[in-house]
Amino acid sequence: MSVSSVFSASAVTDNKEKFAKLQEVIERYRGMEGPLVPVLHEAQEIFGALTLDVQKYISEALNVPVMQIYGVATFYSQFTLKPKGKCKVSVCMGTACYVRGAKKIQDKLVENLGIQVGETDKDGKFTLEATRCVGACGLSPVLLVNDDVYGRTTPDIVPNIMDKYRKA
Amino acid sequence: METVKVMVDGVQVEVPKGSTILDAAKIAGIDIPTLCFLKGINEIGACRICLVEVEGTRALQASCVYPVSDGMVVRTNTPAVREARRVNLELILSNHDRKCLTCVRNQNCELQDLAERFHVKDIRFEGESIHYPVDDLSPSIVRDANKCILCRRCVAVCASQGVGVIGPVDRGFRTIIEPIFNRSINNVPCINCGQCILACPVGAIREKDDVEKVWTALQDPNLHVVVQTAPAVRVALGEEFGMEMGTRVTGKMAAALRRLGFDKVFDTNFSADLTIMEEGTELLGRIKNGGKLPLITSCSPGWIKFCEQFYPDFLDNISTCKSPQQMLGALLKSYYVEKNGLDPAKVFVVSVMPCTAKKFEAQRPELSSTGYPDVDVVLTTRELGRMIKEAGLDFPNLPDEEFDPTLGESTGAAVIFGATGGVMEAALRTVAEIVTGKPLDDIEIKAVRGIEGVKEAEIQLGDLLVRAAVAHGTGNAKALLEKVKSGEKEYHFIEVMACPGGCVTGGGQPIVKAKKRMDRDPREVRAAAIYDEDRDKPLRKSHENPEVKKLYEEYLQEPNSHKAHELLHTHYVARQKY
Repeated sequence: MSVSSVFSASAVTDNKEKFAKLQEVIERYRGMEGPLVPVLHEAQEIFGALTLDVQKYISEALNVPVMQIYGVATFYSQFTLKPKGKCKVSVCMGTACYVRGAKKIQDKLVENLGIQVGETDKDGKFTLEATRCVGACGLSPVLLVNDDVYGRTTPDIVPNIMDKYRKA
Repeated sequence: METVKVMVDGVQVEVPKGSTILDAAKIAGIDIPTLCFLKGINEIGACRICLVEVEGTRALQASCVYPVSDGMVVRTNTPAVREARRVNLELILSNHDRKCLTCVRNQNCELQDLAERFHVKDIRFEGESIHYPVDDLSPSIVRDANKCILCRRCVAVCASQGVGVIGPVDRGFRTIIEPIFNRSINNVPCINCGQCILACPVGAIREKDDVEKVWTALQDPNLHVVVQTAPAVRVALGEEFGMEMGTRVTGKMAAALRRLGFDKVFDTNFSADLTIMEEGTELLGRIKNGGKLPLITSCSPGWIKFCEQFYPDFLDNISTCKSPQQMLGALLKSYYVEKNGLDPAKVFVVSVMPCTAKKFEAQRPELSSTGYPDVDVVLTTRELGRMIKEAGLDFPNLPDEEFDPTLGESTGAAVIFGATGGVMEAALRTVAEIVTGKPLDDIEIKAVRGIEGVKEAEIQLGDLLVRAAVAHGTGNAKALLEKVKSGEKEYHFIEVMACPGGCVTGGGQPIVKAKKRMDRDPREVRAAAIYDEDRDKPLRKSHENPEVKKLYEEYLQEPNSHKAHELLHTHYVARQKY
């Protein structure tokens, strides 16, 4: 049975290039020890999320049950099953940030973005997350938007920061 | 065999190298408590109930996975050990839905056993708990994650079946054993074999209980309610009443069913004999006419769904014969009603099966040749046990009674369907005689008996050397099919049973606790009872069943006739996995 015959044809044709890229990744790791986690990492880079179709493809190609892939994908917090927004907003919830008011920053973001932690807004613009210690405790409390780091944040400046990305 | 000397609680024992501390302690007369351990299936040392002290190691060790070495000194009953085990047990209990009184596994629960053994009077940890909805959408299997203790025995057995549809999801406190993407077990490629039910130490996985449907039917004066019992039920039902594993209770079972109020008590063994006539003829036809080979048996509904999902290329290899349960159902709603002037709409067929997949099979829309479902309700052996208890029958002291005539008649070849290799053996007994005109020298074909995963046999029938293979457990079937696919192996005839051991250890059979499984393998003990049952039968070849002969004369004409095809055969379809 060919790999493509096991799931909806549309999923492959709609994302032909992405699946071709995924196939390259799989070939690169094939035969190596423990290929699953690195393949999942790169698959997430390509697709933005580990959707069922992506998991099914990897399952067939690596001969690993979908159940096992799903278990790994839900075990590690870096993996996501649903596509994230263009801007990944994360509040550091490490000990230092937490004692210096990270929760208040987070509450403000919930209010400002209109979504709960772990959710993505309906435009696909923002995803709000809580993250573990990012190792910038001297700057606590820390807010990250994609690769941008905002240190010593306060609830008051949150709307300004978010507006910047809204306009972008 | 290389051995090592180990000291367990001051008792010196000599055990084979590679043994675990758990094994060594057993020999020393000490029963170390276990929970997640299921011999040969789940040996991961996860639950930390079997902790012991090993001299020279820093922390307590999980004895179920810790290999012994020469001169090792082990202590299994120190204050540290007792405290650690108790705390671990209390932590498991703190998060467990402790509704023992209304639990299907009440008094048959390994967690309950431990709570009693450790004399737990109070659970010190009152923590948060998550409430999960019960998944009861499958016709065969119900999952209640609130009772799950995360031992992973079900996960391991599902993976060893080559199915792997349940597993740990998420992590830490939120860990749950379930299918992907919050799906029901009914919406993933589960084959309904129910091996997870047998593996579960608690009540987190159970069969879909259909007992009430049967009580309702029995009470309905307009219904003619008939029952059929599968071969493997008669060597296991007694265990539900504390009888020794492997006790044959055929006569008591018939007596109990009559007392429960069934109008007729028939035997699936009748249609097992009939299956041999149909399938044997099909095999010879395919060999003679260059049909698709190997022919693969179709009795096991877990195997059928497995093949439809994972090996659709082999669907044309599977015999078109319905399973014996469905064959008898179809005959009850045609031959039997015509003969007795009954209305098929008012005949209600119950079957008692060692199997949870039979519940799924019975509701397949294509299995209703008469316009009515061949079988209306399927009960497992365990459910029948519950009905008998509820009715207050003193099962062990019931008299031995016979099945009702005609569709209750069977040969020894039929009863062996209950053990792995049995269908093959029964088929060869008959096919040999058809081809050569004389019986086999020895009708007991030992090569296909026993619990080895894949068994092979070659039988010379005149000019024809028949190559046969038997696989039990879909994991073994998978390995065998891969070899057939690659051309490495060639056979004429393959028997596959979804459950390891065949029907005697089907997912609907009495549950044997992990501790007991370490001492006695129910696959072997119950199979031995099956073979005894065969030996005691006056007729031991399916084609000698006088009632089957009569059925062909009066109704079906001959095996594989048009009428037989209409009633006794079916087809299969490839199914999406996800």
